[in-house]
Amino acid sequence: MKSLLLALVISTALTAPELAAARSVTLTTTLNNYGGDGAYLALYVTDAAGAYKGTLWVAGGKSKYYSHLSGWERGSGGNLAQISGITGASVGAGRTLKVTLDLADALFDAGYKLHIDAAVEDMRDSPSDVVVPLTSAGAGQPVKGRNYIRSFTYGM
Amino acid sequence: MMRRIHALLGLSGMLLLMVLAISGAILSIMPAWDRAGAISPPAAAMSVADLAGRVAQAVPEVEELKRLPSGRIVAFHGGTDGPAASVIDPASGQAVMPYAQPAFERWMTNLHRSLFLGDGGRLAMAAGAFAMLVLTLSGLQMTARRMGGWGRILEPARGHGVQRLHTDLGRLAALGLLLSTLTALYLALATFEMIPDGTSKRPAFPVVTTGGPALPAGQLAALRGIDLTELRELTFPNPSNPDDVFHLTTADGAGYVDPASGAMLAWQDYSIAHRSYELVYMLHTGEGLWWLGLLLGLGAISTPVLGVSGGVAWWSRRRAHARFAGNIPAGDADTVILVGSEGGSTWGFARTLHAALTANGHKVHAGPMDHLARSYPAARRMLLLTATYGDGAAPASASAFLKRLDEIAERPSFPVAVLGFGDRQFPHFCQFARDVEAALRQRGWPALMPLETIDRQSSQEFARWGEALAAVMGETLTLTHVRERPRTHKLQLVARIDYGAEVQAPTCVLRFTLPKGGLLARLAGRGFPRFAAGDLVGILPPDCDVPRYYSLASSTRDGFVEICVRKQAGGLCSGFLHGLQPGDTLEAFVKANPAFHPAGGGKPLILIGAGTGIGPLAGFIRANRGCRPMHLYFGGRDPSSDFLYGSELAAWLKEGRMISLATAFSRVKGGGYVQDRLRADAERLRELIAGGAQVMVCGGRDMATGVMAALTELLAPAGLTPAVLKAEGRYAEDVY
Repeated sequence: MKSLLLALVISTALTAPELAAARSVTLTTTLNNYGGDGAYLALYVTDAAGAYKGTLWVAGGKSKYYSHLSGWERGSGGNLAQISGITGASVGAGRTLKVTLDLADALFDAGYKLHIDAAVEDMRDSPSDVVVPLTSAGAGQPVKGRNYIRSFTYGM
Repeated sequence: MMRRIHALLGLSGMLLLMVLAISGAILSIMPAWDRAGAISPPAAAMSVADLAGRVAQAVPEVEELKRLPSGRIVAFHGGTDGPAASVIDPASGQAVMPYAQPAFERWMTNLHRSLFLGDGGRLAMAAGAFAMLVLTLSGLQMTARRMGGWGRILEPARGHGVQRLHTDLGRLAALGLLLSTLTALYLALATFEMIPDGTSKRPAFPVVTTGGPALPAGQLAALRGIDLTELRELTFPNPSNPDDVFHLTTADGAGYVDPASGAMLAWQDYSIAHRSYELVYMLHTGEGLWWLGLLLGLGAISTPVLGVSGGVAWWSRRRAHARFAGNIPAGDADTVILVGSEGGSTWGFARTLHAALTANGHKVHAGPMDHLARSYPAARRMLLLTATYGDGAAPASASAFLKRLDEIAERPSFPVAVLGFGDRQFPHFCQFARDVEAALRQRGWPALMPLETIDRQSSQEFARWGEALAAVMGETLTLTHVRERPRTHKLQLVARIDYGAEVQAPTCVLRFTLPKGGLLARLAGRGFPRFAAGDLVGILPPDCDVPRYYSLASSTRDGFVEICVRKQAGGLCSGFLHGLQPGDTLEAFVKANPAFHPAGGGKPLILIGAGTGIGPLAGFIRANRGCRPMHLYFGGRDPSSDFLYGSELAAWLKEGRMISLATAFSRVKGGGYVQDRLRADAERLRELIAGGAQVMVCGGRDMATGVMAALTELLAPAGLTPAVLKAEGRYAEDVY
C-alpha cells in the first residue's frame, strides 16, 4: 500500500520525477446547476472493503467546512497535513473541475474505488455522491453522481 | 480629530456602506418573511423519532431531514428526476410542496457577505463593518460631547435641519448598528478562522455498530427523547453503505445513532466556541428571532439616510471653512486661530486675520473653539476670537470650549490672546470672552496680550487690535476687515396690520411671501432655508451692510415669513420696515436660533411676552397642531390699540391650540404689567412648573428682568428658581 501513498504524495509535487509504475490520470468532475453556492468536493480512494486509503484532491478553501464532507472526514480523520498541496477553490454550480495526477498502476483493476463527497452551504451534504471502481476499462466512461455531480470521468 | 475620522470614514466608505446596509436591511426582513410562510407546528409535543418515522413512511427515498430556523421542516430525498427537496408537514410526514433554496435571498446574502468577490470581497465587507463601528462610536462620542456628557445623550438635540436629522437618526440607529457591526466582525474573524467557531468539531465516528436489520425510524430510542423543536439535521444512513448510521445534529450537540439498536453511539455537546458562534450568528441575522431581525433592519435602513445627511452636513461645514484659503492643519501651524461664533460674523474677522498672517509668511490654522486640541506641537501663539451668546453664554462653535479646557492638564508653552466681539448695548457685553480670559489666566496659560473687545463689528477697533498684535509679534500687520454680506433672498410684503399708534407704540405685523426656490437651488443649499418660529430673520435696509435681526412669528409650514416690528425713534431699519407697503420687497436671510425653540415632548408651555415679544410666541401657538397645553401671558398698553394678534388668539383658543390667555395692559384703569399678572396667578404657575412645564419669555430687557423677579418670588415656595429651570433647559429667553 506504500506505493499508493507514495504516488499520492508525489502527485502533489510539481517536480514529480517520472515513475515507471505510475501513470498520469486526469479527473474531470462536472457539476449540475443545483442553484446554490460553490460546492466543496473531496476526491479520495477506498479499497474493496471500503477502507479509506488516501486523498486525491479537496476543492474548497476553508477547512472548517470539511466536516460536511463526512465520508472523507470519517476516513481521513480530517487530517489537514495529509492534503497540504492538493487543495483548490470550491467549484461553482455547472462548472467543471479538472485535476491531473500521477497515480500508481497498482491502483487500477485491484478493487479500489474512487469516491467524491460533495457539500454546499445551506443545502444537503452528499457523501459518496460518486463512487466508481478504478479499472482500465472504466477509464473515459462518464459516471453520474447522486446529487451534485452531473458527470465524472477519469482518463489516462 | 474625532470629527475628521468620522467624516473621512463616512465619505470614503459611503458607497460600500450603503451596499452593506441596504442588502442587510433586505435580509433582515427574511426571518419574519420565512416565519409567516412556515407551516404551523403540531400543537402536541413531537419527537424526532415520530417525525423520522412518518417521513420514512411517506417519502421512501428520504436522505436527510432539516429543520430551518423558521421552524419549517425540509426533507431531501430522491425523486423521479434525480435528487429533490420538499417541505414536510410534520403532522403527517407528507411532502406538501417542493422546496428550493430561495435564489433571491442567496444572491442578496452573497452580495452582503462578499460582493460576489470571494475572500477579497469578504475582507472589504469586514472592513466596511469596522468602518461602520468606528462611525457609530465616534458619532456617539461627538453627540455626547455636544450634549454635555454621556449622561445627557438622550436629551433633545440642539441644531437644525440635516445636522439635527443626522444626530437624531444616528442616536436612534446606534444600538442596532453596534450590534450589527460587532457581530459582523466576530463572524468575519470566524470565517477567516482567526477565532474558533467550533462548528467543524464533530464527535469521532463510532467504530462499532451492532449490525443486524434496521429498526423502523420511528422506533429509534435515541431519537424518541429529542423534541422536534430541538432538531437541526438528521441524515439517514446511506442504503448502499451497510456500515452507515444516522447523523444527528440538534440545538445542543451532534451524534450518531445506530439504525439497528436505536442507541446513541457517540454524542458530543457543542463547545463554548460553537455555542457563542451560534448566538452571534443569530444576533446578526435574526434567524429564528424575527423581531430582532426587524430591529437590526431599522438600524441598517437608516444608514443611507445617515450617509446623505452626514455628507450634506460635512459639505456645508466645509463651505464655511473652505473660505480659509490655505488653512494649515492644526499640528503644523505656528499660529492657531480659534473662533467662537453663533451667527457667523466672527468667522469673517477670523478670515481677515488668517489672510493677513498668512501673507506675512506664517503657517496659520483656523478652526472652531470647540475643536481645541490637547496640544499644538508647532504653535508659537494662539488667538481666540469669540462672540457671546445671550446673557453671557458660549456661542454655538464654542459651547464645549471651557469643558475641553478643563481636560488639558498641561500648560502650553505658547502665549494666548483673547478678542471678544459683542454689542455694548447689552449688559453682558463680551461676557463669554471675559470668562474665557479668566479661565485661561486661572490655569496659568501665558498671555500674549490683554483681553480686547470689538463693539458692533467695528472694523476700526479690529484694525487697532491688529496693530497691537503686530507690535507684540514684531512685524507689520494691517487688518482691513470688509464685512461680508450674507446670502440674502428677496421677500415681498403681502400684508401688514398696524397697532399701537394711539398709545405711542406704533407696531406692525408684517407678512411676506416665502420665496420659491427651485429644487435644484434647495439641493445646492441656495434656497430659502427652513425655519421655525423663534428663529431670526436678518434684514438689510437699503444702503446698509449691517443686518438687523427680528424674531420670526411663523414657520416654513405656515408658508409665509412673519415678523412684529415696533417703530423706534430714529431707527433706520424699523423706519424702513414701517414704510413698506404690500408689493414692496426687501433683502433678508434666516439665522437659526435653536436656543429659543420649545423643547420636545408634550409638557405644558408657559409663554410670556410683552409688545412685539409676542411674535415668536404667537408662532409657537400657530404651529401647535398637536394641541400641546400652552398658556400665554401677554402685556401691552391698551387693549383697544396694541393688543397684537388679538383676533388670532381668540380663534386659537377656540381651536385648542392654546389653553389659556392672560393679559395685562398698563395704560388702562387698574391695569399693570405682565409680571403683575404672573404674581396674581402664582399658585397655578407653581403647579404647572412643578409638573414639568417649560417657560419661554420674549420681549424687552426690562420686562424680562421683571418676569425673572416675579418668577423667582413665586417659585421660591416650591424650592425652584429660574436659574435651576434654565440649567434644565426649561427656561428660555429671547430678549432685545
